Amino acid sequence: MLSTAAIEAVFRGERARVLATTIRVTNGDFELAEEAVQEAFAAALARWPAEGTPDEPRGWLVSVARNKAIDVIRRRVKLREIVANEVAIEPQEDRASQTELVAVPDDRLRLIYTCCHPALATEAQIALTLRTLGGLTTEEIARAFLTSPVTMAQRLVRAKSKIKEARIPYEVPEAAQLPERTDTVMSVVYLIFNEGYAATAGDTWLRRDLCREAIRLGRLVAELTSAPEAHGLVALMLLHDSRRDARTNDRGDLVLLEDQDRTRWDRGQIDEALALVPIALRGGPGVYGLQAAIAALHASAPRASETDWPQIAALFDELVRRQPTPIVALNRAVAIAMWQGPEAGLSLVEQLAGELADYHLWHAAKADLLRRLGRQRQAATAYRAALARVGSEPERRFLESRLAEVLAAM
Amino acid sequence: MQYLLLIYDSEKAQTAMPEADRQKLFADYMAFTKDIKASGHFKAGDALQRTHTATTVRVREGKISTTDGPFAETREQLGGYYLIEAKDLDEATKIAARIPTAKLGSIEIRPVMNYNT
Repeated sequence: MLSTAAIEAVFRGERARVLATTIRVTNGDFELAEEAVQEAFAAALARWPAEGTPDEPRGWLVSVARNKAIDVIRRRVKLREIVANEVAIEPQEDRASQTELVAVPDDRLRLIYTCCHPALATEAQIALTLRTLGGLTTEEIARAFLTSPVTMAQRLVRAKSKIKEARIPYEVPEAAQLPERTDTVMSVVYLIFNEGYAATAGDTWLRRDLCREAIRLGRLVAELTSAPEAHGLVALMLLHDSRRDARTNDRGDLVLLEDQDRTRWDRGQIDEALALVPIALRGGPGVYGLQAAIAALHASAPRASETDWPQIAALFDELVRRQPTPIVALNRAVAIAMWQGPEAGLSLVEQLAGELADYHLWHAAKADLLRRLGRQRQAATAYRAALARVGSEPERRFLESRLAEVLAAM
Repeated sequence: MQYLLLIYDSEKAQTAMPEADRQKLFADYMAFTKDIKASGHFKAGDALQRTHTATTVRVREGKISTTDGPFAETREQLGGYYLIEAKDLDEATKIAARIPTAKLGSIEIRPVMNYNT
């Protein structure tokens, strides 16, 4: 006999797939599908302990959810017939058997593309993806994004209503649009990851959960689309996340990559990522594949001093070509400084002054290069400029300690 | 499913448009309209007179008040519309992107409310 906790574990594992198939049955009506899935889970809780777990738990849940949804659609149609005396619209896949319903290619793929449809705002794409494909509750998503549960709930309701009323299709995009649409999906997944990874503010435990969730979603996209870039994205997230225990100390202060205790990096995750990088680079590298390759070189260096900076700088050259943003250019400048010395890096950093004058990490990078050149007075000015623009507490403490160092050396 | 495609463009820019470009735009509209009629997407469509001809009317406490000009002053003005039939938003978006003004101004896609669903 299955315990309630065990049944709930089955739900967590199967919810996204069951929901994805049910949304197909409801013709893209997310709200109705969510209710039906909820009812199917309630039915399982009531029946499985006594009747035993079905052989195909997912198939059972899908079939119960589908019947619930069809009941509601029939009732609505009936009501409409009475009111308007109109012809009934039959729900999709009415006569499909349980096996047929489960045998179709994974419906989660349609679900991902619909949640990340470009007609939805980015915040709505993120919220919807986490709510439907991820296992997060509305309250958890609200906490992770520092908004109230009411605001988050409204955002979700509006997004679902737009999908239904504007008829955003519940399908995998046609071949011509597929690369662009997959890019949007990947950017949503990476935004979720970064929200968890960037130590901006909020609940640490929940932030780790966001990273885990993003990696899980990334794996799903990679598995379902087999896009090389999706493998690159998974590798990149795994490599960043492998450093989670080493990037802050016991007091919550930031520890720079070069100062991190590399024995605390998650080797299992690194090995998995290193195996993915060649797949990602197959057929011409994309932006995630390149960033993953850079992260892989860091992960493969036994000591910071053994980092292959020339190779990293070369990868950044390629990345700048594909993604010519000032932030990428700043990272390239820092890599070149590590390879050719602070002087070379500083002149590249200074070329970006116009575009990045309000970005705290630009001032911090400049300050660091000045400090390494022994120009303490200028370094202090740059650290102060960075401090005036910094958002997160750990970063502030880090910059303050560096400022104190250069002031002492003056 | 029906969608209303609202065509917004800057009237100022239209006024400044050279005659040859204007004629080209007109021809493009003729060709586009012919296309979506042939494909069965077209339901209705018109160009509107400029906003200086607009009148806004309100009824408050039973009294009609009219004011000169459009409801809202915006950077781009409503200049025309198409009512189309499309299977979903993706198809509607593709059609909207072919409206000649999409290259100059913006097209707002609004699903028409269906009281039967």
